[in-house]
Amino acid sequence: MSKPKVGFYWCASCGGCEEAVVDLAEDILKVVELVDIVFWPCAMDFKRDDLEAMDDNEMAVCFVNGAIRSSEQREMALLCRQKAGLIVAFGSCAHTGGIPGLANLYPRKDIVQTVYGDGQFSTVNPEGTLPQPKTAHPEGTTELPLLEGSVKTLDQVVPVDYYLPGCSPPTKLIVDAVMAIVEGDLPPRGSVLAPDIALCHDCPRVDSKPEESVVTEIKRPQEILIDPEKCFLAQGLICMGPATRCGCDHACINGNMPCSGCLGPTSRTTDHGAAAMSATASLLESNEASEIAAQMESIPDPVGTFYRYSVPSSRLFCSVGVGDNGDE
Amino acid sequence: MSDTAPPIDCDAFQPRIVAFFCNWCTYTASDLAGVSRMQYAANTRVIRVMCSGRIDPQFVVTALRQGADGVLIGGCHPGDCHYQEGNYKCLRRYELLKRYLGQMGVEPQRIRLEWISASEGDRLRDVVNEMVTDLRQLGPLKLTPLPQPDEEELELTV
Repeated sequence: MSKPKVGFYWCASCGGCEEAVVDLAEDILKVVELVDIVFWPCAMDFKRDDLEAMDDNEMAVCFVNGAIRSSEQREMALLCRQKAGLIVAFGSCAHTGGIPGLANLYPRKDIVQTVYGDGQFSTVNPEGTLPQPKTAHPEGTTELPLLEGSVKTLDQVVPVDYYLPGCSPPTKLIVDAVMAIVEGDLPPRGSVLAPDIALCHDCPRVDSKPEESVVTEIKRPQEILIDPEKCFLAQGLICMGPATRCGCDHACINGNMPCSGCLGPTSRTTDHGAAAMSATASLLESNEASEIAAQMESIPDPVGTFYRYSVPSSRLFCSVGVGDNGDE
Repeated sequence: MSDTAPPIDCDAFQPRIVAFFCNWCTYTASDLAGVSRMQYAANTRVIRVMCSGRIDPQFVVTALRQGADGVLIGGCHPGDCHYQEGNYKCLRRYELLKRYLGQMGVEPQRIRLEWISASEGDRLRDVVNEMVTDLRQLGPLKLTPLPQPDEEELELTV
């Protein structure tokens, strides 16, 4: 029997997910032994034409990382969907929106102005040139993909079969997923290929997790010397552990940093950030409205803290007034 | 504070308010308002919970997503919680949730926490009337619809 064909593609992402595949190190040999990689533009010389030339469902599985922000990414996601039997949303951006998803707080025109506006950051653009979908020049016409009005998760654009969570997905989860696909031992369609319990469940610091409201002051990691044994919540640091899926082998916790929530919520949660806010807020000790408000004010960026990887998959999806219709 | 319902005007915008009321105080107050035949705006959809401490911020964002223009939370006065301190937990969550919603461009008047005891039917009436007036001024909450795969687009590729 021929080996199942596998593809990798990237949309709005940083390349960390591709790195995660390379980080399989010697495990990648196991993977290559089992499958044929037929499409991976980031690492090898594959073009869109190669994908178009494939038969429908020719790839057994295509791992797509990154959120969907541009017309090109949308087209490629649709094409991958057509050519692959299974689509796996690979990494936080494809799964829940990820860091690019934070752009859903701002209208597209503000983002374009910030990036291309003269005098913004180090941009020198006195003529105010902005990217155009079509530019005519003597050699012909150049086309650029359009920026969509909002950032979307992969499953908001094409049906997704499985999710591999994490920023980037932990090696063990990737290998387990590939093995499960090869052996045909997959959970129900739509499952997240990671344990469905909260990070706190098997956290090495769970014994010091506070059960009562004990936090008098919310702190940021750079403000204190962090006790390497004690629960972060007990130290007043915001840790997404109570609301986040485990499966990362506590990479951040073992590095003495609180969880930032990249593996996304468990299946019982409808809104990752709201669940984390609930857990965090109830730990405050104060009963005084003004004191509580002052403590909450000390969190400089609630969206960036509790929804760092999940704005597009949150209930609100984007700020009021941002979206694909009518922001310019 | 107004003690009469906003005038009935069929053409006016009718805001939808999802109201989470605690079993022991605010829900009982709404019962009292009812048996006392107090007239007030009929814009609330009341959901009874055992304690305001049960109200997860997820309930609030889900209500907004499903079409609520505002969310009203009612609990026992500080110190009076049937479960000692559930209302304080609610207050802590509310303060954080308000900051989040502010960042997402949701006007602060759309979410309101009030302590209303079982004997304060009149207060409940006033709070609901006030909130309806506030939300009428703001108009409907216009959230961007959640995107979904477009069947037509998927067909076209094939």
